Amino acid sequence: MSETKQVLLSGDEAVALAAFHAGVALGVGYPGTPSTEILEEFSRLGGHAQWSPNEKVALEVAIGAAYAGARALATMKHVGLNVAADPLFTVTYTGVTGALVIVSADDPGLASSQNEQDNRRYAVAAGAPMVEPSDSQEAYDLFLAAVEMSERWRIPVLYRMTTRVCHAKTLVRPRSSPLAAPRASYTRDVRSRVMIPAYAKPAHLALRRKLAEIEAWNETSPLNSETAGSAELGIIASGVAYAHALEAAPEASLLKLSVTYPLPFGRIARFAAGVKRCVVVEEGDPFLAEAIRARGIPVESKPEMFRFGELNVNRVRRILRGDVSPEPQPKPGKAPMLCEGCSHRAVFDVLRKLDCIVAGDIGCYTLGVLPPFNAMDTCVCMGASVGVGLGLRHVLPPEQARRVVSVIGDSTFVHSGITGLAEMVYNPPPTGHVVIILDNSTTAMTGHQEHPGTGRNLDHEPSSKLSFEGLAQAMGLQRVRVIDPRPGAPEVEETIRECLDSGELCLIIARRPCILIARQIREWEKCAAVCSALQS
Amino acid sequence: MSDSTVTNVVIGGLGGQGILRSSDILADAALRAGFDVKKSELHGMSQRGGSVSSDVRFGARVFSPMVPAGEADFLLLLAADQLEPNRHVLREGGVLILPEQVDAEKLLNRKSLNVALLGLLSRRLPIDEEHWLAAIRSNLPEPLHPANLQAFSLGRG
Repeated sequence: MSETKQVLLSGDEAVALAAFHAGVALGVGYPGTPSTEILEEFSRLGGHAQWSPNEKVALEVAIGAAYAGARALATMKHVGLNVAADPLFTVTYTGVTGALVIVSADDPGLASSQNEQDNRRYAVAAGAPMVEPSDSQEAYDLFLAAVEMSERWRIPVLYRMTTRVCHAKTLVRPRSSPLAAPRASYTRDVRSRVMIPAYAKPAHLALRRKLAEIEAWNETSPLNSETAGSAELGIIASGVAYAHALEAAPEASLLKLSVTYPLPFGRIARFAAGVKRCVVVEEGDPFLAEAIRARGIPVESKPEMFRFGELNVNRVRRILRGDVSPEPQPKPGKAPMLCEGCSHRAVFDVLRKLDCIVAGDIGCYTLGVLPPFNAMDTCVCMGASVGVGLGLRHVLPPEQARRVVSVIGDSTFVHSGITGLAEMVYNPPPTGHVVIILDNSTTAMTGHQEHPGTGRNLDHEPSSKLSFEGLAQAMGLQRVRVIDPRPGAPEVEETIRECLDSGELCLIIARRPCILIARQIREWEKCAAVCSALQS
Repeated sequence: MSDSTVTNVVIGGLGGQGILRSSDILADAALRAGFDVKKSELHGMSQRGGSVSSDVRFGARVFSPMVPAGEADFLLLLAADQLEPNRHVLREGGVLILPEQVDAEKLLNRKSLNVALLGLLSRRLPIDEEHWLAAIRSNLPEPLHPANLQAFSLGRG
């Protein structure tokens, strides 16, 4: 293997390369910073990659592929795993025939997210073994190891990354030859795959047996490593915190954990006993420290202030010093804003002018909350705009209820706004409601990915196109308006006023491609037209 | 204290100014010169015209991918107004490189300012010119090569 050349790759690119070398038959996901580049790169390398409408569907498709004996990859950001949690908690019971690796890309410090939840907790809650790389070389090597673990124990593996592992570029020496991939073939195994209570009870027992086996294996797993150093100070670390710790305390003894669930407590206890002071250095929640201390192993956890935000070398030095003095806050930089000429601007101008109560959603258009628009009142999670708007409409006094509007992007609408629309027609508020889809024909925020509403697949090739107006009509919505929110268009205000005044259930589709990609979309459309003409 | 064998560079500016591209070129040049390299930045919201900065570290062996505050040997800014949010990264005696240090009038293409500033930086780094030129060629599409090679040589002087 040593003859291959070192390349500079992001952690995401390294995972994609490892998936390609591991013969992953299908990579599925929903775009989300910092995970998006994995599937794009996997596809570019020649892998079969698909965007699903949301993370739940993506994981289910990956489960199907893994049931069929193939190696499957599902990718998502941390909050995406909330959406996919339902299948996650039961696929650990059913197990898999091939391999299933689920990438959770967490965002400590909220570079581009609505929360900084720590998804290591999911591994424990769902009973999925968890692997955490600390740089791109490990992102590559440990992905191959995760595939092996998944196949050996027939269990899905949670592959937990963070922003600085996903997006940092570090050197990678890939394998010289790809792994041989198994052939997909179906073998009936009803008791393992159909989770009726009679089969799920023994499946739960079987899962716990597997986890006990993996825990025993992890006690001596070569994936974790120990560096002997000072007998005074020992550090237990995982993920990018390990890289910071190596720099912050080069003299310390280090226990680097790569498989962080189930934990090798015997090994941890021996390591802790061998040093005078043992500190757990981890980003986010005190996940490792709590688990280790619960076993009666005396280790120090970081002070509470380091639960928030990313770690870095200076913060790790502070943790080791026990320094909880206030940290210097750098001057804030320039906040991002909606682009000049962005099609969302015209809509937010009107919503502010009409003093609407705006239930917002996740995407570029969340920037509508900032000046000069100040036109968003709530933003919780993907798709929440519709439900939150309806809840406000149901209980507010009529004069306020009539000003409530839900605003959602096209990709977000497909992700989890459709069920909100079904709720709206099923339980209509007395004052009606207005939902606006800001349709810029792409998933703009994460870097312009396709979705079922664009009519193109991950590779930008023509696919079936979901019609939002057709969908609304099929649900029984009477008042559906399509407008072009070009700058200064009077119809934007006219249409929003008309819908607000109607007291009915209304869907407004404000459709204009994102200016950053409009030209590219025209080229793809031209290309598709030529292709179809050639075929006919 | 940072390892004296590691060189820390922070490149800052606004979304759309080519910050990530310039840090890619620098990291690639350092790799070609035989160094261990790590680079890191935040994507996402920062792409919408907000502040962006990218950390590049190279040397015999690099651990953390992020330049610790107060340990940057070089701070290269593509927008002069981004000094305040980034000043804290620079170590005492560290070198600040600002856009006005290049005569933008002499650029074939003004969008190549990032590469011109890399040229200025390159004078002070232990990376041979051939590695820089190869990194520029491999990180930019061919039609942009003439303007960027000109910009690099303008900065390098």
